[in-house]
Amino acid sequence: MGKTTGFLEFDRKVEAYEKPEERIKNYKEFTVPLKEKDLKDQGARCMSCGIPFCHSGCPLGNLIPDFNDAVYKGKWEKAAHLLHATNNFPEFTGRLCPAPCEEACVLGINEDPVTIENIEKNVAETAFAKGWVVAKPPQNRTGKTIAVIGSGPAGLAAAQQLNRAGHLVTVYERDTKVGGLLRYGIPDFKMEKQVIDRRLAILEEEGILFKTGIEVGKDIAATELKQNYDALLLSGGASIKRGLDIPGASLEGVVQAMDFLKQSNKRIAHETYTNVDLLAKGKEVIVIGGGDTGSDCIGTSIRQGATHVTNFEIMPKGTTERTESQPWPFYPMRLKTTSSHAEGAERFFSINTKEFVGDTQGKLIGLKTIEVHWEYNPGKRPKLVEMAGTEKTWKADLVLLAMGFTGSERSVADQLGVHLDIRTNIEATEYSYKTNIEGVYAAGDQRRGQSLIVWAIAEGRQAAHHIDTYLMGNSNLPLKGAGDLPRL
Amino acid sequence: MRLKKQGLYSPEFEHDNCGAGFICSLDGNKSNDIIHKALEILKKLEHRGAVSSDGKTGDGAGILIDIPHDFFVNVCAFELPKAGDYAVSNVFLPQRENQRNFCVGALESEIKAQGLVLLGWRTVPVNKSVPGRIAMETAPFIAQIFIGKERDIQDEATFNRKLFIARKKAEHCIYNSKLSEQGFFYLPSLSTKIIIFKGLLMPEDISLYFTDLQDPRVITRLALVHQRFSTNTFPTWDLAQPFRYMCHNGEINTLRGNVARMRSREELLKSDLFGADIKEILPIILPHKSDSATLDMVVELLLMTGRSLPEVMMILVPEAWEKNDNMSPEKRAFYEYNSCMMEPWDGPASIPFTDGNFIGAVLDRNGLRPSRYSVTKDGFVIMSSETGVVDIAPKNLALHGRLEPGKMFLVDMSAGRIINDEEIKEQIALKHPYKKWVQDNLVHLKDIPYNDCPLFIGEAKLDQRKAAYGYTLEDIDSIVMPMAETAKEPMGSMGTDTPIAVLSQKPQLLYNYFQQLFAQVTNPPLDGIREEMITDISLTLGSDHNIFDTTEKHCRKLKIQNPVISKEDLDKIKNYDVNPNYKVTSIQMLYTVDKGHNGLEDGLELLLEEASKALDNGSNILILSDRYISKEKAAIPALLACSYVNNGLQALGKRSNASIIIESAEPREVHHFCLLFGYGASAINPYLVNEIIAEQIKENETSSYTFEEAIKNYNQAVGKGILKVMNKMGVSTLNSYRGSQLFECLGIHSKVIDKYFPRTTSRIQGIDLYEIEKELSKRHKNAFSEFKPDGGLELEIGGDYRWRRDGEKHLFNPLTIAKLQKAVRNNEADTYKEYANLVNEQSKDLMTIRGLLEFSNFDPIPLEDVEPWTEIVKRFKTGAMSYGSISKEAHENLAIAMNRIGGKSNSGEGGEDAERFYKNQTGDWKNSAIKQVASGRFGVSSNYLTNATEIQIKMAQGAKPGEGGQLPGPKVNPDIAKTRNSTPYVGLISPPPHHDIYSIEDLSQLIFDLKSANREARINVKLVSEVGVGTVAAGVSKAKADVILISGFDGGTGASPLTSLKHTGLPWELGIAEAQQTLVMNDLRNRVRLECDGQLKTGRDVAIACLLGAEEFGFATAPLVASGCIMMRACHLNTCPVGIATQNPELRKKFKGEPEHVVNFMYFIAQELREIMAQLGFKTVDEMVGQVQKLDRKKVGAHYKSAGIDLSPILHQVAVIPGTKLYNTTKQEHHIEDSIEFDIIEKAHPALYRKDKMSLDFPIRNTDRAIGAIISNEISKKYGAAGMPDNTLKLNFTGAAGQSFGAFATKGLTMTVYGNTNDYLGKGLSGAKLVIKVPLEATIVPHDNVITGNVTLYGATSGEAYINGKAGERFCVRNSGATAVVEGIGDHGCEYMTGGVAVILGQVGRNFGAGMSGGIAYVYNPNKTFESICKSDGLLLLPVNEQEDIKILKTLIENHYNATQSPRAQEILEQWDSKLEDFVKVFPEEYKLALERIAQETTETL
Repeated sequence: MGKTTGFLEFDRKVEAYEKPEERIKNYKEFTVPLKEKDLKDQGARCMSCGIPFCHSGCPLGNLIPDFNDAVYKGKWEKAAHLLHATNNFPEFTGRLCPAPCEEACVLGINEDPVTIENIEKNVAETAFAKGWVVAKPPQNRTGKTIAVIGSGPAGLAAAQQLNRAGHLVTVYERDTKVGGLLRYGIPDFKMEKQVIDRRLAILEEEGILFKTGIEVGKDIAATELKQNYDALLLSGGASIKRGLDIPGASLEGVVQAMDFLKQSNKRIAHETYTNVDLLAKGKEVIVIGGGDTGSDCIGTSIRQGATHVTNFEIMPKGTTERTESQPWPFYPMRLKTTSSHAEGAERFFSINTKEFVGDTQGKLIGLKTIEVHWEYNPGKRPKLVEMAGTEKTWKADLVLLAMGFTGSERSVADQLGVHLDIRTNIEATEYSYKTNIEGVYAAGDQRRGQSLIVWAIAEGRQAAHHIDTYLMGNSNLPLKGAGDLPRL
Repeated sequence: MRLKKQGLYSPEFEHDNCGAGFICSLDGNKSNDIIHKALEILKKLEHRGAVSSDGKTGDGAGILIDIPHDFFVNVCAFELPKAGDYAVSNVFLPQRENQRNFCVGALESEIKAQGLVLLGWRTVPVNKSVPGRIAMETAPFIAQIFIGKERDIQDEATFNRKLFIARKKAEHCIYNSKLSEQGFFYLPSLSTKIIIFKGLLMPEDISLYFTDLQDPRVITRLALVHQRFSTNTFPTWDLAQPFRYMCHNGEINTLRGNVARMRSREELLKSDLFGADIKEILPIILPHKSDSATLDMVVELLLMTGRSLPEVMMILVPEAWEKNDNMSPEKRAFYEYNSCMMEPWDGPASIPFTDGNFIGAVLDRNGLRPSRYSVTKDGFVIMSSETGVVDIAPKNLALHGRLEPGKMFLVDMSAGRIINDEEIKEQIALKHPYKKWVQDNLVHLKDIPYNDCPLFIGEAKLDQRKAAYGYTLEDIDSIVMPMAETAKEPMGSMGTDTPIAVLSQKPQLLYNYFQQLFAQVTNPPLDGIREEMITDISLTLGSDHNIFDTTEKHCRKLKIQNPVISKEDLDKIKNYDVNPNYKVTSIQMLYTVDKGHNGLEDGLELLLEEASKALDNGSNILILSDRYISKEKAAIPALLACSYVNNGLQALGKRSNASIIIESAEPREVHHFCLLFGYGASAINPYLVNEIIAEQIKENETSSYTFEEAIKNYNQAVGKGILKVMNKMGVSTLNSYRGSQLFECLGIHSKVIDKYFPRTTSRIQGIDLYEIEKELSKRHKNAFSEFKPDGGLELEIGGDYRWRRDGEKHLFNPLTIAKLQKAVRNNEADTYKEYANLVNEQSKDLMTIRGLLEFSNFDPIPLEDVEPWTEIVKRFKTGAMSYGSISKEAHENLAIAMNRIGGKSNSGEGGEDAERFYKNQTGDWKNSAIKQVASGRFGVSSNYLTNATEIQIKMAQGAKPGEGGQLPGPKVNPDIAKTRNSTPYVGLISPPPHHDIYSIEDLSQLIFDLKSANREARINVKLVSEVGVGTVAAGVSKAKADVILISGFDGGTGASPLTSLKHTGLPWELGIAEAQQTLVMNDLRNRVRLECDGQLKTGRDVAIACLLGAEEFGFATAPLVASGCIMMRACHLNTCPVGIATQNPELRKKFKGEPEHVVNFMYFIAQELREIMAQLGFKTVDEMVGQVQKLDRKKVGAHYKSAGIDLSPILHQVAVIPGTKLYNTTKQEHHIEDSIEFDIIEKAHPALYRKDKMSLDFPIRNTDRAIGAIISNEISKKYGAAGMPDNTLKLNFTGAAGQSFGAFATKGLTMTVYGNTNDYLGKGLSGAKLVIKVPLEATIVPHDNVITGNVTLYGATSGEAYINGKAGERFCVRNSGATAVVEGIGDHGCEYMTGGVAVILGQVGRNFGAGMSGGIAYVYNPNKTFESICKSDGLLLLPVNEQEDIKILKTLIENHYNATQSPRAQEILEQWDSKLEDFVKVFPEEYKLALERIAQETTETL
């Protein structure tokens, strides 16, 4: 398999971006696709390892060496088939995944890893372009019905798998459109919404029912669903946003990143929204939180026309190299510079926001910070220590809080009597995805807490297998098999 | 009498090898002196035999002589008729009188029943004080019986037949009697001509024990003698040789198949002469006899059919006729005809035989046993394994000859002449019109026209069938398609770490429960690639016929050249019914899947019933077909069906009537085909593979080959693969392999084995038919499930060779590797624990046999009381990985690490750079403590051996036992070439066998050679776990190894065919336990250290190995992983991305391992072991060795398949006297100190220590072996590789030198023999000059006489040899630097040569230059015949016309003349200009290119 000496012959090459000054003019995706020859060469870099650590690093268990080989040989349809065998939505992960596979790539030990994610995206896009992705409604129906609550990647993956197994699946979504954070959290410049829509069209054609604008627990009681369906899957995500409980937190201009992004996404999609306009245009913007959401806020703010964007991260500035304590193939915490960062944000690390400062109208005008460092003691949680004399005041018109999520909303769980764990996620193991209530399953962020899209899809697929087994006694739906690399 | 089967030991696996010889008077003069001379032969061959633990009991020896009629007339109390009118035999009888009387009565009554006359009995006088204790315990009572013929019997044949029937019937009667001492009863002979005296005796004791032999009245014309070397110490009196018509030096590799086929042949035995008696003498082959004894019983039967002894030998041990175009058509036809009737009894075998009229010998087609003969002017012929066994005055010498491969040698004592091979065989071949018979009757498949193409309409969908038969994506991508594309078996690397079939949770094919057996030590694997001319995979189909007849019917058969056939081929056979001689019946191998295992059982019964019926209706070809599976009907595993029908028909007495063809979707790997042939199939069509190939070609539009080509490629790849598997067992022809069942089963219950696979070993039990069916139906039902969700893979992923999440489990997986590397790099004990737990904790996912065990009988002591880790790691070793297979960096890293902690690293088989022998400034030492000696002998020189602490003889390698290796030219960079003493860019091949170890006594010799080359070093013999390895280990211990390593089958490799990686050999748990048990039983355990390796990964693994019997431990894969290996499994591709298994300079830079990582690994292992020791209560490892009572079968964690496993044989504790130590306590007695070399050293002091030039004279005898090695060791110690100036010490010997003369002899030595020498002359020659010359007084013509033995200059690295006569087979094999001149050679000359120069001034045997990749040979070719002999690929045959060549050649011939005064050299030199045209230069193309490349590189650097 693969080209034996490919990795010696070709350098890593990923798709390029349009220049920042061009791309920030709109919200479109801005990647420049590679030529087919280049993609094949990139596939040829895969070494067909005896132990493909990438395959282990991928939470979906994507058959990476196998599709790389197919791409190298120009067998795109085979590649698409192999890719879809483990991943319902490679066009999502091919764009959005932080690619733990590439961190685990054997070539990455001492060279640039294989461009697995980019190959994945191209395989997926080729498959759509060639018309290989078509609806395949199940041959037989089992007569069983399942309600999936929440239409994020976990819910959608589970829905498609269960539908393939012949069950009738209804997906409940409280928002106006299906997709969850995929649709409302991810800016178009990272993934245009038509990517979601073309996939949803297939799912609908395969026979999945979508009920949008219905909030389970409010518009319809979860217990009612429990009565009407043979099984329930809770995949509502981890939607409780982490706030910053400091003076001035309620000032106008202190906004949750998700509210900001969601509105922006709706605006671009010409959807209506009810809250007041949250716009960065002409503003001094500070984004608190150095993760992907923070990054999305930066890109969106810049496109909206912010005068200046600053980014705070409470953790120290990481290195681009791995540390000894996070060796290959484990997923390392390292300094990442995203395309949005490159569009012009100033980044500060080891910085903690102490207070928001408002004017007399209750409008934000600035904030105060102090520099911090972390003290590590074995066996104890690291301790945050402020460094006296480093206080600073910043001018700010808009602060976007992108500090993650703290757990899932309780209403559905409470109505059903489903237990939560201490992190307020739904209690269910990764071996069964089963909650304490019979017939009720949980998957995705709502079970594991805030995580990656790739994990959400993986959870949805695994949960589907267990639900199918619960309903039918056994299941032909695939499992990914053991081998996940743990986080250190 | 014999040791009982217990634990893992079974007497079935005993082996024997030996020294043999005869002496006879050419003109038939009788004398008593011949007996003395013959016994003298044996004494001089004593080093080829072995002694038991009591130091006195030999493995058996004996002598066959003419019946001393006059003596008997004198000593018998009764009247004897004239010589030839009566038969006599020594009779072995029970010691207990009552039982003895029963036996005597039984024998007498059968004699009477045959109408013969009992003349009387004579008690044989013996001296009971002579034999050893062990021998006396089993000694029979011996009496002589004298039987006269009735008057009406006229001819000898009738008398012999009646004697035969009487003896046979008496044997059956007594052996069925259940007497406690029935095993004593035995007649060594019963002849009118000869009598045999034999027993468990040392050679010198034969005449002391049998006092008759000392009587001067006992005179004979001939004496055939034999001495046995048995692998263990339970040889018996009856198995001492000679046997009734022959004795045998070697091993019958094909025995199992031969015996099974003979059993079938018995069905057809019919003879007017025997009448009804014929059924009474069955079975012909008595059970529990040795291979030699078995062969003798068949020889005897064939003699009864009226064939002559030479003809019988030709039939049983045919020469390699299949690919010999030079053979006369008549002789060829004879062999082809008889191959339809009898498969070869494949050696290694040198078989001296006699019927009392003729005495002769035959050598098998491989020619692996030495057989030298001398004829004296005063009329004696002496033949033996060695020359020099009888002193012959040079003047008296008429001829020195040797038996050649496949050739026969016969002395007609009545005519007083030697009949040569051609004459004997042509005569026999003309007895019947064989040529016409074969032409008229034997049909070749390729000649049958193809005119029909049935489509199988109604077969289930391809995808469904693929799933039902368990095809995985990996099977298709990694096995089937590569074979279809390249016509070669796919290669892999590293070891295997997946669960054995019975522990796997993935449904397994039945094939995976069987492991291939392979040859090690007692018999050699063969080299079917380089010595292809002796192999053949064709088979014939059709009915067999009565072997008492010789008619044209016997060859009315259908011959298939490669019995892996395509669908079209099978169609041809199906339609061949038009020929009235063939009736083909197809039988479905299907069962009703809903009926579960009862359905399967019934299906099998039905199958046999239908097969039997078909035979009754006259069918002679049965096709067992699994076509047309459906939702309801599943396929019976083809192997199960094939074996059951094969064995079932045999039990019904019908097997000979038909051949079996398998038409099955199942087989895809070489291993599968081997099993089907091994269990009786004669042809196989893997039709689903054919369909898959078609499908893949269709999908892949760009494929560069057609479907037909792909099928041909695939079939060819399988054919080659089968050949390789056969060769691993030492079997040359598929005809002998078929039905031989050369497999061990691992994980199937004996209930199933006994019924469906009778006589197959299965030692740990396992699954029953129920589970077999469960696995199968699970697959089947899934495949035919109505409901399969879209979106997934259409087949299982596989993951056997490359890890995949949902595939087969692997011990080394991303997590274990990641944890281990983190642990050793950061020195994190906790992370190591996590790693160890992941490996050890197998309660959920069973992986290994040791995973089924748990520790018990705890008796905790404080951890501090356990010996420190620093002591423990001294027992640790890293595996044998050559520099070449791994990079310099990785290789040295291991050496430094192991030297730091006092453990041992292993050089592997690639030699070692002498710079590494010295410590560097930081105190680190790159010297590998263990130096390996493998079949390629790369870099093995006196200096290399001198710098070893331990020398390891690699008999086999876990990943590919029985196979050689290859380092392709591009990988042989100048550094590697230097270490290996070879030429850069010239490919290097390790042959499958060591060409100096074809048997146990050869191994003993090599141990002696190496011990001579470095007497401080321990000699370690590396074996691979398989059934019978315990017996082999016992033999190796008797051969004086200091350490025996038992490797698991799962160990790593740089490159191996995938079949071998998984399907050959066994886990070490079985091997180490069997070795321990057998050695303890034999009281041999204390003599040797036992070592274990093979996927040892944790302290727990080590603890279990120790409790099962190991005291030293080897690790290879794990330390590599610690050094950065990530199991890329690309070692064979030179692309290792972490710089370990690569020679690419860029990739080597990526090596990031540090000695600390390896040290940390060893430390962690030792600490984990210490914790276990503390729990169990052992302070030292020694105390712990063999204490199996501390192990128990784990109580929990069984899945349905593992429940039936019985580990009690592994946990068997051999009963010993309390206090017996179960580990090594004593040293082997090597007797090196007895060597004449110490005397020489003393006299040569000025030369050795002051480099004064000296010349010394000594007598020499064949018992003086490896002369030169000890002196060279001394020179190497003092002067290193440089040695001394040329000719510093000249040693002149007179006589016949023993084996390995000049072994490893180093620079500065000149050693001359006036006389002749034996095998292995100049083995590993390291710079010395050797001269072998005909004594001055001798009148023989040197170039017509064999003056040295086989395998001359094996692995020589430098030096010169001048041989004034002919050499035997494999001259200059693997020579990489020595220069040699010789006056004639046998077959396979210059095989695998990689450097040096060979000048051959006389005859050259067949297959010259096979595998020769370097060096140059100049061959004197006045008759222009050489071109037809030298057909090996890649050799340029050029005239000698370049100035440099002419100069070299002339100088060498001049040297030769100066050294030996050779008349042939003189003649050539005198007519130099005209003779020069008669020379051919043999120049390997690869060598030419390499020389050009080196020249270019040199210019570039200048």
